[in-house]
Amino acid sequence: MEALKETPLAGRHRDRKALMAPFGGWDMPIQYEGGILAEHRWCREKAALFDICHMGEFLYRGDIAGGGLEDVFTFSVASIPEGRSRYGLLLNERGGIIDDLIVFRLGRNEAMIVVNAATAPNDFSVIRGRLKPGAEFTDISSITGKLDPQGPLSREVLVDLLGKEVSSIPYFRFVKMDVLGTPAIVSRTGYTGELGYEIFLPWDKTVELWDRLLADPRVKPAGLGARDLLRLEMGYSLYGNDLDETVTPLEAGLEGFVNFDKEFVGRNALQKQRAEGPGRVRAAFRVGSRRSPRHNFEILRDGRKVGIVTSGGFSPMLGCGIGLGRVSPDAAAPGSVLSIRHEGVSMDATVCDLPFYKGGSVRA
Amino acid sequence: MSAMYYTKEHEWVKVDGNTATVGISAYAAEHLGDVTFVELPATGKAVKQFEVLCAIESVKAASDIYAPVSGTVASVNGVLNDRPELVNESPEDAAWMATLKMSDPAEVSKLMDAKQYEEYRKGL
Repeated sequence: MEALKETPLAGRHRDRKALMAPFGGWDMPIQYEGGILAEHRWCREKAALFDICHMGEFLYRGDIAGGGLEDVFTFSVASIPEGRSRYGLLLNERGGIIDDLIVFRLGRNEAMIVVNAATAPNDFSVIRGRLKPGAEFTDISSITGKLDPQGPLSREVLVDLLGKEVSSIPYFRFVKMDVLGTPAIVSRTGYTGELGYEIFLPWDKTVELWDRLLADPRVKPAGLGARDLLRLEMGYSLYGNDLDETVTPLEAGLEGFVNFDKEFVGRNALQKQRAEGPGRVRAAFRVGSRRSPRHNFEILRDGRKVGIVTSGGFSPMLGCGIGLGRVSPDAAAPGSVLSIRHEGVSMDATVCDLPFYKGGSVRA
Repeated sequence: MSAMYYTKEHEWVKVDGNTATVGISAYAAEHLGDVTFVELPATGKAVKQFEVLCAIESVKAASDIYAPVSGTVASVNGVLNDRPELVNESPEDAAWMATLKMSDPAEVSKLMDAKQYEEYRKGL
């Protein structure tokens, strides 16, 4: 087995007595001393800081419209204005999801692709294989650090540390600016449902930024445990749980991130599936108790198995179990009554709309 | 005079005459992380030593809780329905889960006392 990789902050995490665990080939903090629920609450009320250096970043330089990049993703890269980012999918020929990712349009001839850690090496070779010769395509993951302050106070914190330029960044836009004397990208994106930022900066500068941010009493570190709960409350898919290469965007509730008006690898398969109707679709559900549904628990309706749970947990904001699953289309309508079962445990659940938690500050 | 004993699965049991009060150790509570749900057993339920008594869930995972001794569930701590976090706050006191009417008090000899449990825990 290959040794786990470490972010530049591994020492900082251990100093804070973080519980570390393998995640996508990296040794990552799951929680710090205060626990997952306290970190979750801090993010919803103040500002939480996440070490996301493990995620992959690729740099594309060349013709954006004609270099082959347009065929790679389910969305148009050429139509992203400079200074904006877009979420979407990388598919295989069968329409299965190789990864979900965000493309940042850095300049007229330049884009950065931000991908999941575990899938990054494969993503890179798949994308490179689809590009036309002539473009420059580089894996900059090992030199690019990423720190994500997320929470309603994150803007005030960053304005105090980095200057008022930060206050004018709209949702899903970013600016290139100096951070601690080095060029960086400050993006107003995130996954918690709260106002938040993702800061890309040189790998060797992340420790300094981490320390500077945590010197602010409004900021506390949060681990991947809290991150998973926060994203689940928003209903965002998690690669490896809700998404994988055997699942299509139509089955995963991500059709909104597929532009059928353009060519892309996997489009034919998706069009066929769209015409026939997918045999299984995403459903979000609330459990009638504090019990947590978990990945791969069975979903039943009227005693018949109709699907599986893909993600689940306890929602601190709703005070009940919540989950995402894939079910037969007839069981996916909001209000449908389901039963979740696993090894003698049974819980009632009702299909609901997303997001589960609607009180977030993300658009503030 | 009551005495505390522990199981290898990190339950504790306080034995007082014929009554055994059951919970999970501070070590177990810390390792589970934030507890979000405690499934209390039904009163009157008969259990054998080291068989599943009930279940507990944390943010991270679900775990079974095993009966440290054989007996019948006499009472349960209903406070945990609304305040499962009590398991983290006071695992070996306020967050007791159930009392059992013991059917074979001699079974206590198969458990560890506090000192033995501490040694066992250190070796894990």
